[in-house]
Amino acid sequence: MMENLVYIALFAPFVSSMFSALFGMSPRQTFVGIVASTLLFISFAASATLAMHVYSTGVGIHVTMMDWISAGDLHIPFGFLVDQVSVTMMTVVTLVSTVVHIYSIGYMDHDKSFNRFFSYLSAFVFSMMILVMSDNFAGLFIGWEGVGVCSWLLIGFWYHKKDVSREENPSISPSWAANEAFIMNRIADLGMLVGLFIVYWNVGSLQYDVVFASLPELSGSVLNAAAIFLFIGAMGKSAQFPLHTWLTDAMEGPTPVSALIHAATMVTAGVFLVIRANPLFSMTPEVSYFIASLGTFVAFFAASMALVNRDLKRIIAFSTLSQLGYMFAAAGLGAYWIALFHLAAHAFFKALLFLGAGNVMHAMHDELDIFKMGGLKKVMKWTYIYMGLASLALAGIPFFAGFFSKDAIIETAWNEGTLILWFILVVTAGMTAFYSFRQVFLTFHGDERYKAFGIHPHEMYKFVLIAMSPLAFLAVVAGFGMGGFEHFVTKLLPEYHMSEHTHHIAWILGLVVLLFAVGGILLAYKKYDKGLKRDEKLENSFIYRLLANQYYIPQLYEGFITKPYAMLSEMMWTKVDMKIVDATVDGIAKLLYKSGDKTRKMQTGNLSNYLNWMAVGAVLLLVVAALSAMLG
Amino acid sequence: MIGLSHYLIVSALIFSIGLMGVLRRRNLLMLFFATEVMLNAVNIAFAAFSHYYNDLTGQMFAFFLIAIAASEVAVGLGILIVLYKKYGSLDLDDLASMKG
Repeated sequence: MMENLVYIALFAPFVSSMFSALFGMSPRQTFVGIVASTLLFISFAASATLAMHVYSTGVGIHVTMMDWISAGDLHIPFGFLVDQVSVTMMTVVTLVSTVVHIYSIGYMDHDKSFNRFFSYLSAFVFSMMILVMSDNFAGLFIGWEGVGVCSWLLIGFWYHKKDVSREENPSISPSWAANEAFIMNRIADLGMLVGLFIVYWNVGSLQYDVVFASLPELSGSVLNAAAIFLFIGAMGKSAQFPLHTWLTDAMEGPTPVSALIHAATMVTAGVFLVIRANPLFSMTPEVSYFIASLGTFVAFFAASMALVNRDLKRIIAFSTLSQLGYMFAAAGLGAYWIALFHLAAHAFFKALLFLGAGNVMHAMHDELDIFKMGGLKKVMKWTYIYMGLASLALAGIPFFAGFFSKDAIIETAWNEGTLILWFILVVTAGMTAFYSFRQVFLTFHGDERYKAFGIHPHEMYKFVLIAMSPLAFLAVVAGFGMGGFEHFVTKLLPEYHMSEHTHHIAWILGLVVLLFAVGGILLAYKKYDKGLKRDEKLENSFIYRLLANQYYIPQLYEGFITKPYAMLSEMMWTKVDMKIVDATVDGIAKLLYKSGDKTRKMQTGNLSNYLNWMAVGAVLLLVVAALSAMLG
Repeated sequence: MIGLSHYLIVSALIFSIGLMGVLRRRNLLMLFFATEVMLNAVNIAFAAFSHYYNDLTGQMFAFFLIAIAASEVAVGLGILIVLYKKYGSLDLDDLASMKG
């Protein structure tokens, strides 16, 4: 019975994708979206039932569908593991996917590739389910690549848009952004593959249970190498520095894609990998500390860029990056269940935030510059409430989802005695609050600047707003499930307890974070509530321009990596490939052709000539025989 | 005293004459004669070796060769007659129908 539910949860999105693909080339059909959403809801219902089952029994379900690879000693089955960690991911993924599917029916209303969109979106969910449910690293890797392909397809969904200069649009074009995301992920995936090879080479299996059971027998350097290379894979998928630039450019995709893939689910796959492989990472404290430090750095780094950005979706993308940093900080410090909890809570409020941004974008006719908005709360009351709630959750205001999870991470940093990390994370919490509310105030409060551009905004369809309500509900109340969640997942993940001392001063730590968060909100309120007052001096300052240009990192990559590489490729093509490789091959062919052409004249048809040649040959053979007889 | 080497030198000389005939002549009939000359040069060598080693096998081979040469001439002359009837000439320069 439960086994069937596992398959239903896994394959309903696949069926949905195949069904939608049937209509991929035909004009918009609303029922395609409805069928896809229904199948996704079935997948969600199955996942939720499985979650209840795992919760009540306390043990995971392990099914093996069939053998996949059996060659020599290598044995990899198509096996699926539904335990506390994967069932959490499954529930979160399918819930957000269902909402996003329903949302897309409204959002993609006028798009002529409506059916194709659902096919890709469901294919993504299927890949993500493979990723989280697989019971071995190989299956995880297949899902990992699958979500990468779907991400590429969906970022480049509007592939017909032309390339423009970086000044006009920092992501150049959807197809450019899609390729950037795909290629950057390939770089990281190479690291991941090397990590898998190291694991297989030393353990002889890729099954999670076998690998984790044999970890104590491996030497420290092997463990470190495996952890480092696996984390490189995680860095690419979760867009950690220095592979972070693709995530903001991925905002070229349709907004439901940004909400589902580039905020709630796919980008958290890296965190999921670290959580899943926690027995490995707990045995490599140096690597884990590096993960925590990098996570903290990215949290701050991304938040700093979000402070000045003007693009509605890019601000949220930076905040996603920043929150991923928080998750890695928690996972690196050993608080795996807190990382997983923040992952789930973040998925709810970030998806809500993105979908709200999609509503705004829809209303503003694809305008994303928040400097051109303002005063939208009059026409978009529900979107305003949703985005406000999501921002409160993101900022970590008490009793919203983000408060519990983020506070726990910051408390962990204190508990581990890593005070520098703690301080940076606290400051980042303040920055998070500031940029979230800068965006909310600039979009919904103050003067109605959009009127100057002749835009007539309108609220989103009612069914879309209703579909978003589960996310809003969870963004508000998810935090109260923290105790139950801890009890649930620590059956599998290592427990993490604050020390007596930390526990004692927890309320002071919480208060400090809260002060920063409220301070950020108040600052944003003071500066932006009444409307936009441009400060030329500030906007021309070095720091502002540095942040607005993302520390010039995209330009740096283009100047120092992309362009030299393109030049090198060009040189290799014209010089090495054309002049050496091709010339050699062509030369051999020409030599044979010419020798044939020349020796053709031998064939005169005259018997006398032939006899002469024969005599020459016989004499030559005689000479050779005589010489060899003399020498031998 | 005439020894083995004298016979072999004669044989080699006759063989060379035959070879030159094969290489230089243009008339097919002459080519046939030249081949016969070469075969007989070999026969001389066979007979000389046979006598030298006191072994009759060599002379036996010479008889085989004569028989083969005779049948070869019979077949070859038949072909030549057909060729002559068809082309009206036995000059090799006129018979180059297989030019590549």
